[in-house]
Amino acid sequence: MYVAVKGGEAAIANAHRLLADRRRGDRSVPALTLSQIAGQLALAVDRVMAEGSLYDPELAAMAVRQSRGDLIEAIFLIRAYRTTLPRFAATRPIDTAAMVIERRISATYKDVPGGQVLGPTFDYTHRLIEPEMAEDAPVAAPARRDPPEDAGHAPRVTDILGDEALIEADGEGKGAEPADLTRTPLAFPASRDLRLQALARGDEGFLLGLGYSTQRGFGRTHPFVGEIRIGEVEVEVDLPEFGFPVVIGRVRVTECQMVSQFTGSKAVAPKFSRGYGLVFGQLERKAMAMSLVDRALRADAFDEERRAPAQDEEFVLAHCDNVQATGFVEHLKLPHYVDFQAELELLRKMRKAAGATDETVSGSKGDVEVVQ
Amino acid sequence: MPANRPIDLSSRAVEGGFANPVFDAQAVFAAVLQAISRPGTVADCGSRAAPPAPLSPAQGAILLALADAETGLFVEAADAALEAWLGFQTGARLTEAAGAEIAVAGRFDRSALGRFPLGTLAYPDRSATLIVEVPSFNAGPPLRLSGPGVRGSAEIRPAGLGEGFVAARRANRALAPCGLDLLLTCGSRVLALPRSTLVEEA
Amino acid sequence: MTDDPGRRAEAEKRGGARRRTVSAFAQAGAGFLSEAWDRLGAGRTVAVIRGPETGLVMVRGRAGGGGAPFNLGEASVTRASVRLDGETVGHAMVLGRDGERARLAAAFDALWQVEAARGAVEREVVAAVEAAIASADRDRRAETEATKVDFFTMMRGED
Repeated sequence: MYVAVKGGEAAIANAHRLLADRRRGDRSVPALTLSQIAGQLALAVDRVMAEGSLYDPELAAMAVRQSRGDLIEAIFLIRAYRTTLPRFAATRPIDTAAMVIERRISATYKDVPGGQVLGPTFDYTHRLIEPEMAEDAPVAAPARRDPPEDAGHAPRVTDILGDEALIEADGEGKGAEPADLTRTPLAFPASRDLRLQALARGDEGFLLGLGYSTQRGFGRTHPFVGEIRIGEVEVEVDLPEFGFPVVIGRVRVTECQMVSQFTGSKAVAPKFSRGYGLVFGQLERKAMAMSLVDRALRADAFDEERRAPAQDEEFVLAHCDNVQATGFVEHLKLPHYVDFQAELELLRKMRKAAGATDETVSGSKGDVEVVQ
Repeated sequence: MPANRPIDLSSRAVEGGFANPVFDAQAVFAAVLQAISRPGTVADCGSRAAPPAPLSPAQGAILLALADAETGLFVEAADAALEAWLGFQTGARLTEAAGAEIAVAGRFDRSALGRFPLGTLAYPDRSATLIVEVPSFNAGPPLRLSGPGVRGSAEIRPAGLGEGFVAARRANRALAPCGLDLLLTCGSRVLALPRSTLVEEA
Repeated sequence: MTDDPGRRAEAEKRGGARRRTVSAFAQAGAGFLSEAWDRLGAGRTVAVIRGPETGLVMVRGRAGGGGAPFNLGEASVTRASVRLDGETVGHAMVLGRDGERARLAAAFDALWQVEAARGAVEREVVAAVEAAIASADRDRRAETEATKVDFFTMMRGED
């Protein structure tokens, strides 16, 4: 039951003023600039863009600052902002094979055409806090090496394997208008395009936990990273005012191709199956988790029994959105006085009916303090 | 989104749109809302739009107010100039009748019930709204309206609806809750006959 | 949106040279465009027909990289349409929320359509933007290439 409660206006205004003060902190310390956040906390900004489902680094940096670094709050701000804007068009699907590569690795092929480039990775660091980073110590310019002529145009690993029919193909992709959960409420069973959209904007932590669960045996698929690539791709849009497609800029994305066993069925010979991850920004962990969960959710396509949480489409899709989740969890802290009072009354009646003594009934009055 | 056809880009495409997009769209939306809420009453969209043929000013204004890049739009006898105008002004691309959410048609008759989406029992709102231009709102045979939004009954006299209009309305009503909604336009004015309105010969 | 390769090729062909120039204007910085306009567009009038207005495009990916399209997420864009000297219409859409950048990109699209100005616009704007993008890409490739793993195999045991 919802009953309007009035009051607290001055308290709210002052709380927001206090928030602004605490957010700014010590005035003798310079305020963070957006370019500092976008440049030096770039991966936090990327996460806000991916889960906010809006590519705009400057705006995401503003959201990170406004939310004091609470990334789910920042994602909420971005989601709210996007609802205020009209959608002009949908782009042509981005071509990750034409990516300007900044990182590209394969755990399955040592000598993958185009090579393995580590890029700006945390891998192989010692995870030791570097005290010199406490100050603004000088940082060396990156090393350079002349790339070969064809550098930057590496074929997708799964295309290479696909030539031998050892791995499932990308499947048919012609004509269909993809489902859009920002326009039509989720319904089950969901198509793979809808699942990929939900996962791409889903919570990194939730998907990471689910992905991990598949490795620990809850929907096991025995995965390998076929390829991870990070870099910029062109965004191309067909606009009526032009009548032809134009490139309007580039976005950075992370793509993960997860390859896993498939023992075959009556109709299909054994081959490798695939899970797919694609997210805005440099978010390798998220892309990997997404690809594991995408594969787990495709259980039906491989005649696998759905037993584990990661294989349960409704469980995954209905709970992976952190803005929805935080809204429902956090609403519990809002006034529920009347609700609770009703439950209290009910409880008293039930206890009376059950023959509880007056003494224990009066003891329950202490609960009222909880309401304060 | 419908298939992408060559669009003739001309200067015409950028002319004849809303001068004040926000306020003009709000005014036209309010006019259409008023017309639908009170079936049989005439609302005026003003001289806010100057669309290419075959659209009338009211039809152009309604499409500018209601259509966007995600709207399935069908216009009977549309040419490249109109497609370019709609493309620039609304972002919408023309689709076939079966995919229309808003359709500008020559007439409302029984065949329309087979051509345009009627909605589904789960989603009756996924039906088309038809917009039909008539030569006059007061020179035709009298029709009696009743139903939601009409106090008692009301009489309208639109001309040029053609044979079988009342029968087609009856068939449309039998599809409830599915069926087509109808907007009649005449110059800059609009009159609505939503699916819930009962139309009889007076 | 068509997903038919034939249609796609046809639409791209229709764009011809203008497809390339519009893409270059869209990727240029506001400062660069402004400075180039002072040089190439001085004395011309630019009337805004629409915008600059900020909105969204839905960015799509493909399942598996090459399969059926899906909606990855939106990106903010700004578009503008202008009329140059009361005649030529130019349009632009750029990523981000910079209205002035979109307006200038649209102005350059119109200016490029004016025969007399085309050569200079292609040389001083289009070619310059493309060169800047290529140079930035080259730098990034060289830095990335330095992180390439050169594998060597170690033999173990007796052969």
